[in-house]
Amino acid sequence: MLSLTVFLPLLAAALLAVPRLPACWIWVAAAAADLVLVVVMWLGYRGGIGYEERLRWIPSVGAGYHVGVDGLSLPLIALTAVLFLSCAIYSLTQAERPKSYAALFLFLQTVSTGLFAALDLLLFFVFFDLSIVGMYFVIVGWGHGDRARSALKFFLYTFLGSLALLLGFIGLYLGSDPRTFDIVDLTASPPEAGALVLLAVGIGLAVKTPTVPFHTWLPPAHTDAPAAGSAILAGILLKMGTYGFARIALPLLPGPWRQYAWVIIVVGVVSVLYGALVALAQQNIKRLIAYTSVNHMGYIVLALGAAGLAAGDVQARQLAVTGAVTQMVSHGLITGALFLLTGILWDRAHSYDLDRFGGIAASARTFTLMTAVAAFASLGLPGLSGFIAEFQIFAGVIGTGMTGAVVAGGLSIVGILITAALLLRLLQKAFLGPLGELRVSEAQPHEVASIAPLLVLSLVIGIVPGWLLDFIEPFSAALVTGVSR
Amino acid sequence: MNILVLLLPALPIVSGGALIILRRAGPAIGLLVASATVLLAIWAAIQRPAMTIELFAGFESGLAVDGLSAVMVVTVSVVALAVLVFAAGEIRESTGRFFGLMLIFMGAMLVTVTATDLVLLLMAWEVMGAMSYALIGFWWRERDRVRSGTIAFVTTRAGDMGLYLAAGCAIAGSHSLNLTGLTATSSPWLDLVAAGLVAAALGKSAQLPFSFWLSRAMAGPSPVSALLHSATMVAAGAYLLLRTQSVLVATGWAATVVAWVGALTALLLGAVAFAQRDLKQLLAASTCAQIGFMVLAAGVSAIAGGAAHLVAHAAVKSLLFLGAGAWLTALGTEHLPELQGAARRYPLVGVTFGVGALALAGLPPLSLWVTKDMVLAAVGDPALHAVALAAAVLSAAYAAKALIAVWSPEAARRDGARIRLLERLPLPLLALLAATLGIIGLLFGGWTRLLNAAGPLPGAGELAASGVLALAVVMLVIGVRLRRRAELEAGAFLAGWLGLEPLAVAVVWQPLMVVAKALARFDDAVIDGVVRAVSRGGMAMARFARSPFETGVDGVVRGTAAMAGRLGKLARKPQTGQVHTYLAQATVAVALLAIVIMLVR
Repeated sequence: MLSLTVFLPLLAAALLAVPRLPACWIWVAAAAADLVLVVVMWLGYRGGIGYEERLRWIPSVGAGYHVGVDGLSLPLIALTAVLFLSCAIYSLTQAERPKSYAALFLFLQTVSTGLFAALDLLLFFVFFDLSIVGMYFVIVGWGHGDRARSALKFFLYTFLGSLALLLGFIGLYLGSDPRTFDIVDLTASPPEAGALVLLAVGIGLAVKTPTVPFHTWLPPAHTDAPAAGSAILAGILLKMGTYGFARIALPLLPGPWRQYAWVIIVVGVVSVLYGALVALAQQNIKRLIAYTSVNHMGYIVLALGAAGLAAGDVQARQLAVTGAVTQMVSHGLITGALFLLTGILWDRAHSYDLDRFGGIAASARTFTLMTAVAAFASLGLPGLSGFIAEFQIFAGVIGTGMTGAVVAGGLSIVGILITAALLLRLLQKAFLGPLGELRVSEAQPHEVASIAPLLVLSLVIGIVPGWLLDFIEPFSAALVTGVSR
Repeated sequence: MNILVLLLPALPIVSGGALIILRRAGPAIGLLVASATVLLAIWAAIQRPAMTIELFAGFESGLAVDGLSAVMVVTVSVVALAVLVFAAGEIRESTGRFFGLMLIFMGAMLVTVTATDLVLLLMAWEVMGAMSYALIGFWWRERDRVRSGTIAFVTTRAGDMGLYLAAGCAIAGSHSLNLTGLTATSSPWLDLVAAGLVAAALGKSAQLPFSFWLSRAMAGPSPVSALLHSATMVAAGAYLLLRTQSVLVATGWAATVVAWVGALTALLLGAVAFAQRDLKQLLAASTCAQIGFMVLAAGVSAIAGGAAHLVAHAAVKSLLFLGAGAWLTALGTEHLPELQGAARRYPLVGVTFGVGALALAGLPPLSLWVTKDMVLAAVGDPALHAVALAAAVLSAAYAAKALIAVWSPEAARRDGARIRLLERLPLPLLALLAATLGIIGLLFGGWTRLLNAAGPLPGAGELAASGVLALAVVMLVIGVRLRRRAELEAGAFLAGWLGLEPLAVAVVWQPLMVVAKALARFDDAVIDGVVRAVSRGGMAMARFARSPFETGVDGVVRGTAAMAGRLGKLARKPQTGQVHTYLAQATVAVALLAIVIMLVR
């Protein structure tokens, strides 16, 4: 069932080769079918590693096709299914080479779902690299502006990161006994590996996340990518980095992680504040949102760093980890929505310049309403998912009770004030007030149908988070127990 | 019955959300829901329901109605209903949005005052801030109003950060987010929790140094001001301090700080109020000052007095703002000199406004006279008492100033519109409450019993003295004002709200923007510069590899090839295809061979 969920989009992509079939609708149908499968899996999940499948692949090095889901991966697989369906609906009117566009996204969906399901380092790595390839073609083929250059920068930078990751994986393999690439086995008996392995894995994942100072590929890639590409890049591909931290770096290297927890916390806090401050100074709306991603990913890194504070309160560290996983889901929904919304701006006015817009609400009420909800969700307003995530992170990090953690938590709280200021400034300049130079017409039905569900989900998580948190909490408990050993 | 405590805020929040999206029958649904909420609130105040949920693993959250909450939910819902009745008369455009936002605003306040833990409290607290943003910027086409909303939200959120900190420290100190358990927090954490709570409350209540956002909040429609300044938003800060008063006391320093901030705000913002020439700005500054008395009450553990003052002030201030709003709609001005004769022209509004203003002045037997003295009676420190008393004198002065402005006969008759029935309807009820709330509470010992909180009651002598003092100040202001008809001018410093907003902009906002812009340049030039340098370096190495290196290696290969070619060419030369040349070549070769053989041998 899990493998079907992973490879269904790829099968649908093969179907696209049949001539005279409407590419967009095949895409929507495939994404919807995949979402149904995920919902069934969600309902049938009974704890532990569910839907596990294990096949021989490269037995000589102990690598296999091993997939399964738990409280960390299933929410992210669900997010993947939801966001890809949204992008499919959003792209219904895609006029330029719709077939290859749909095929590329279906390929990316298989890759992303596969990555979140993978329980083998090599399998993970294969999906990790393929995601870079897929996104490169999306940007270079359907982007705008200086797309070739941005796509190349994205590819080379993240590819370099993935090489560091591969180096780290080999280090993990060499440290394991018996030698294996299997994540479950490696988690059960963590390999003898030192700080250098953590450094390699950490840099590889930090580039993908991205954290300061490895983030500069992100703004140009976002600015020049098509809206749906940006949504997937920010919503799913960035999560591969943070997911890697929670799935691989932390449980497989508990010793070095504990030892260097403070370094990770500092990287998190710097990303939070730096991302927020640089976003505040942006005039390009898409760059602005791209930098808020650096800020939001910083919270996750901070929380996972705090999870490694062995002397800290266990319950608080679990709270922080739950917050981090919630933040992954929440950021995917909210930033996905924000990037699709900026796609409307580009579609109507071919500009992202904050100063040239104004009073959009006068001509586009629903568009403004959706943007306002997404902006408030992104600045962490209670009642929306961002708050549930960030509150748990702050409370958890400070709640560990260590002086350094209190300082780190206190500093990162300032991040939500700066994001509030910058997002309200965005609303004030572009959407409210007197009319600006550029006109923006109302969101069309397929645009509303693609974006509104993301915001509704964010609202549902914000008001009744129990169904999601119940899922994540056992994972958090296991992770914190594991790192404390 | 526990579902009742959930239903009470859920009804306005859910229907408010539906109104914003559906945009149908705003006033009708708004009034219906607000009326139902009043009934639910009264029922909840009698039933005292409670429920707990577990929002985050291991941390109990909950809603409950106890004595203080019971008073608050009834106050909030009644004032909200009165304000919405007025708004049904005044607001004509985008009613779905307006009533929807107001209902959510009210629902959020209801959650705030019933939450038993920091999470639910913080959630409602911030939603209320967001709603106030949307309501202050209700007329969103005007940039300045939107900017006012932004300033209000960002300023209050600066305080809200304290609640996030307090929540984290509560977990660190007591493994719980429960409000009642906060006092049990261990030592360094207790201080941090208290500091966080105080920062959040002062921000929300527009106490010093956050007061300026309340001046900005006047950019919204009058009913918004009437609700925001009375039973919600600013009242939330005072409520939080009253609720967590035991935490403040336990720290040993927080209670004193809070008491002084409250008293000083009451004094300084009282002076600011007196200096205003705009009726709504005068009332806004007076709100800060009056909330200052409630904050002072929390600082000196006068729970009953503080809560009574909150309730009475809610009635008084909503009444005054609705009156000012009615005149603003009818006469198109809120400028004090231009409001001359407004009260005579619209006697119902004039009389009710007069009752409110006299109550605000602290005149006996009106409500604030009693409640303010309940607070003052608990103040032990003489210096603090002196400051509070001076603030009380100022409140009589600014109330008198507002009163004269609207009641003095008008110089020349100006055009004015009719004030609608719905706009007049809530005024008498609020005036009745404004007049009687204090005395009823005092007579039956109601406040202390209702709140289940003991507090010193003012003696008859104190009450009489303060009454006489208020009366004297009011007469004095009226006398001075009647004799010289000139404005009582005050410095631009006071009129400009102590220059707090420019100060905040200069000290916080501008440096922040400077840092942000510098970091953005740093990001482009240095961090991305390094990345670009790496790629440039890579290209340079590639060029190096090509130009001397690759070209060199390749040169050797090419040279070898060229040599071979040249040798071939050379070798081709003798191949002429003519027999006599071959014969000559063979002869020469044989001759050479013969010579070589001979030499070698």
